[in-house]
Amino acid sequence: MASSFSRILTTRRKIGLLSAVGGSVTAGFLMHREHVKAGTPVRRSYPASAEYPDLRKHNNCMASHLTPAIYAKLCDKATPNGYTLDLAIQTGVDNPGHPFIKTVGMVAGDEESYQVFGDLLDPIIKERHNGYNPQTMTHPTDLDSSKIHSGNFDPRYVLSSRVRTGRSIRGLSLPPACTRAERREVERVVVDALAGLKDDLAGKYFSLTQMTDADQQQLIDDHFLFDKPVSPLLTCAGMARDWPDARGIWHNNENTFLVWVNEEDHTRVISMEKGGNMKRVFERFCKGLKEVERLIQERGWEFMWNEKLGYILTCPSNLGTGLRAGVHVKLPLLSKDPRLSKILDNLRLQKRGTGGVDTAAVGGTYDISNLDRLGLSEVQLVQTVIDGVNYLIECEKRLEKGQDIKVPPPLKQFK
Amino acid sequence: MAKNCHNDYKMKFATDEEFPDLSLHNNHMAKVLTKDIYGKLRGKSTPSGFTVDDVIQTGVDNPGHPFIMTVGCVAGDEESYEAFKELLDPIISDRHGGYKPTDKHKTDLNFENLKGGDDLDPNYVLSSRVRTGRSIKGFTLPPHNSRGERRGIEKLSIEALASLEGEFKGKYYPLSGMTDAEQELLIADHFLFDKPVSPLLTCAGMARDWPDGRGIWHNDNKTFLVWVNEEDHLRVISMQLGGNMKEVFRRFCVGLQKIEEIFKKHNHGFMWNEHLGYILTCPSNLGTGLRGGVHVKLPKLSTHAKFEEILTRLRLQKRGTGGVDTASVGGVFDISNADRLGSSEVSQVQLVVDGVKLMVEMEKKLEKGESIDGMIPAQK
Repeated sequence: MASSFSRILTTRRKIGLLSAVGGSVTAGFLMHREHVKAGTPVRRSYPASAEYPDLRKHNNCMASHLTPAIYAKLCDKATPNGYTLDLAIQTGVDNPGHPFIKTVGMVAGDEESYQVFGDLLDPIIKERHNGYNPQTMTHPTDLDSSKIHSGNFDPRYVLSSRVRTGRSIRGLSLPPACTRAERREVERVVVDALAGLKDDLAGKYFSLTQMTDADQQQLIDDHFLFDKPVSPLLTCAGMARDWPDARGIWHNNENTFLVWVNEEDHTRVISMEKGGNMKRVFERFCKGLKEVERLIQERGWEFMWNEKLGYILTCPSNLGTGLRAGVHVKLPLLSKDPRLSKILDNLRLQKRGTGGVDTAAVGGTYDISNLDRLGLSEVQLVQTVIDGVNYLIECEKRLEKGQDIKVPPPLKQFK
Repeated sequence: MAKNCHNDYKMKFATDEEFPDLSLHNNHMAKVLTKDIYGKLRGKSTPSGFTVDDVIQTGVDNPGHPFIMTVGCVAGDEESYEAFKELLDPIISDRHGGYKPTDKHKTDLNFENLKGGDDLDPNYVLSSRVRTGRSIKGFTLPPHNSRGERRGIEKLSIEALASLEGEFKGKYYPLSGMTDAEQELLIADHFLFDKPVSPLLTCAGMARDWPDGRGIWHNDNKTFLVWVNEEDHLRVISMQLGGNMKEVFRRFCVGLQKIEEIFKKHNHGFMWNEHLGYILTCPSNLGTGLRGGVHVKLPKLSTHAKFEEILTRLRLQKRGTGGVDTASVGGVFDISNADRLGSSEVSQVQLVVDGVKLMVEMEKKLEKGESIDGMIPAQK
């Protein structure tokens, strides 16, 4: 059955091509907005001072920057879709944070949030992204994988390589705010596009609502299946609403390119393989992303992107490239060396356990990935990971031979 | 009228596209909500901006259980029950034994109308308790209220409770400023309530901004307790060890009426109407919002083949001693009234008093090895 989907926008619009694919007719809009008009102001019965949250026990970026003055200025503003400041900060109010781990504490409900609530988001972005100033700086996007060198690691050390990012579909609200209709439209747009991928990228979509038990077991065995978010950081932001409606997983037949639909972002795109060929992983990553972009543009849609913030995603921590490139690498000797933290810091890398974020390393095997997301391009970040991991492997080899290692000088932040 | 900007935006999408997928759901909301009803209601908003999507979100997010029928919806304010009556009236009817939109609910908080209740055998009845909820007119309910409103409710409640005297003289403990010592004592007394973890409540937005504006008040005697801003504006509890339900109910009625007078003086009486009785967040608590019950030892009766049948006929329900969704320990059950709407407080507590008295007599008979067949009651 054909479904029509159209939006009226408050700024200039250009209607994209209508095309009938797989029984679904969609219309998308290309939008270029320099200045966003806020939505109708929110009417409140209490003054801002009565509504200001109690953040005295809080330790997150939102709590650090939300002064009563900024709250008063923004609390009656809304984006054109009706997303408000209270909605954006709810997750940070509900989750005071941890003395050692500083979470962001707020989300965007749509692309316009980053402008309408810029007075709060800009300082948060600056703190989270090493001083990057969205008002004065521009973010470089570079998905030309041919520029990568030395990206094939010694497989005796590197067990697997992976690159992930997220992409949002312009014109549709983000997971904290999207309606069921919008979420289903994201699914339709993305699944339509993915159906157009060919050769080594050809694959299949598994909707969470219609998954058979056999499919589900296979996806679990392949470590592809994502589950309903349980972290209160996500649930308090409203990202698990209506689960599992319009959520799903797409992957290519070779199990090396994977797309999550409507989890924490509209899409999460993952390229991975066993072994140390990070260059090939990144090549596939770039090729796949560019193909998907081309396919959605054919249908009149595009990704949310601007030159100040790069790719727009739900969490401010994922702005810019939204990219985390990493390896699982065996560093048993280096893992015992007290200089490891400093070495990683200087190489702009972070370590995690092999279960992902907030897990512990097992047997000296670490997940090593880039720290930065915004202010550096995809190529720059992946090269940083490659150079850094090569350095770590060199250290490990030297320690094996009983030789000493050196802490490298710190890398410059923004090139 | 507060403009609901987001709902206006949502109206641009077709009803078909927004209608939730309820194919795997088993709750009252899912049984009643058709595309037709949804289509009629989705354009509406209460004066405070609550919409049908807000009402049903908890039921969409929690498909339910094949054996336990949850309500699957909440009210965001007093007006929700009128604005969304096409949806809520059938749900209320299903949940409350066929209660019709034209029915009237009787409120009776005159404790002198209760007969007996002071002679439940303390060898069997370990403790007695009556609880209800109250919503304060002029404020929106926990799924919807802002921090400013919640704090306003807390402030009014503190003032009202602080003016109580005699057996009701007590103290308020805000959750935000609680000391460790205070917290431990409240836990030891089984008074402290914690941040809701049940997704039935969290998906309805009731745990937002925790613990801001939340607190516990209790009298010095520790027999009268008020929870502020948990699942309802106020939860009021009267309790004591032993079987003197009459005294528990007296204190309940007297305390409630004193509190209500004070709120009325501030022009914020309780939400109530003659059709739905006391208005609370969950439609299951409409009417009296009252659960009157005892912890009672019934090891033999509880294993009798007719136990469930007896409870049903007596209009009672059983729970474990940890409260709803817990198991009984050592043959001790929490027995309370099953009804909330369509009968008065006095009549509901009367059912508990009479029913428990009968069940204790049955237990004694079974202890002597005698039959209880002649004692099985007719359907009340």
